Amino acid sequence: MSDTTFAPSYGPVAIPVRELLPWAIFAGLMLMLMIYFVGAEEGATSLIRGTAVHEFVHDGRHLLGFPCH
Amino acid sequence: MVGKLLLRGMLVGLVAGILAFAFARVYGEPQVDKAIAFEEQQAQAAGQAPEPEMVSRATQAGIGLATGVLVYGAALGGLFSLVFAYAYGRLGSLGPRGTSALLALLGFLAVIVVPGLKYPANPPAVGNPETIAYRTELFFIMIVVSIAAMVAAVGLAQRLWTRLGAWNASIVAGLAFLVVFALVKAALPDINEVPENFSATVLWQFRVASLGIQLVLWTVVGLGFGAVAERVVAARDQRGPARRYA
Repeated sequence: MSDTTFAPSYGPVAIPVRELLPWAIFAGLMLMLMIYFVGAEEGATSLIRGTAVHEFVHDGRHLLGFPCH
Repeated sequence: MVGKLLLRGMLVGLVAGILAFAFARVYGEPQVDKAIAFEEQQAQAAGQAPEPEMVSRATQAGIGLATGVLVYGAALGGLFSLVFAYAYGRLGSLGPRGTSALLALLGFLAVIVVPGLKYPANPPAVGNPETIAYRTELFFIMIVVSIAAMVAAVGLAQRLWTRLGAWNASIVAGLAFLVVFALVKAALPDINEVPENFSATVLWQFRVASLGIQLVLWTVVGLGFGAVAERVVAARDQRGPARRYA
């Protein structure tokens, strides 16, 4: 039937991996670093001297489920 | 395209963080306060001098908690958008909102619920400071294994899709995930550092509040990101109106 002949094909179009990869690597690392500072800095490992970061985000760390002191 | 999704993901995550902060303030903080009161009481009974407060409790429960939850929310939203950018168009014919909701459900199970069943959240006063490195290591191993098992299970479901149909393929993949979880749970060491006379009620309520915070975060990200991503991907998909999506 003529009304179905020109029906466009609908469907989600995947983003090519080569377009995604640079974002995934650089942004992915930055975002994981953010989670590291909230969840683990000055606990098991420490990039900054002291316990200021740990004490400041203390309650969030406990409530978000990370192991804390 | 990916940049647009990433920015929107982080903004949705920020909104999720604000709501999770409100939830944490109302349901989480009372439990933290009770746990700290217990800790101080124990220290006093043991004749130890009270720990000096480097950061006041008001700061920890206010701006400190807000910072932690908001940064975590934004990072979660951003990472979620990157996973979405890969999964979209690769999970059958699922549209943006369906993809987002499904990813949030699977992510919540793999990242929060399953690792939490093995190594649950603990309030202050629970946990020996000397074992923090060991506990942190096990906690992250559990999360990595759980995510890997979930990714494998989704791959398995897709493989079996045409042969078994959507429902049966998903059930088989779900069972495979459970078997892996049971084996890993048995293989990794248990940790129980709850003090002898710590209130069971406080521990339970703290853990429920902790799970609730994560539920708020993942629900808002899963439903909210789907709504904003729909507009971003619609142009690329060259579709008609949004309601045509599955």
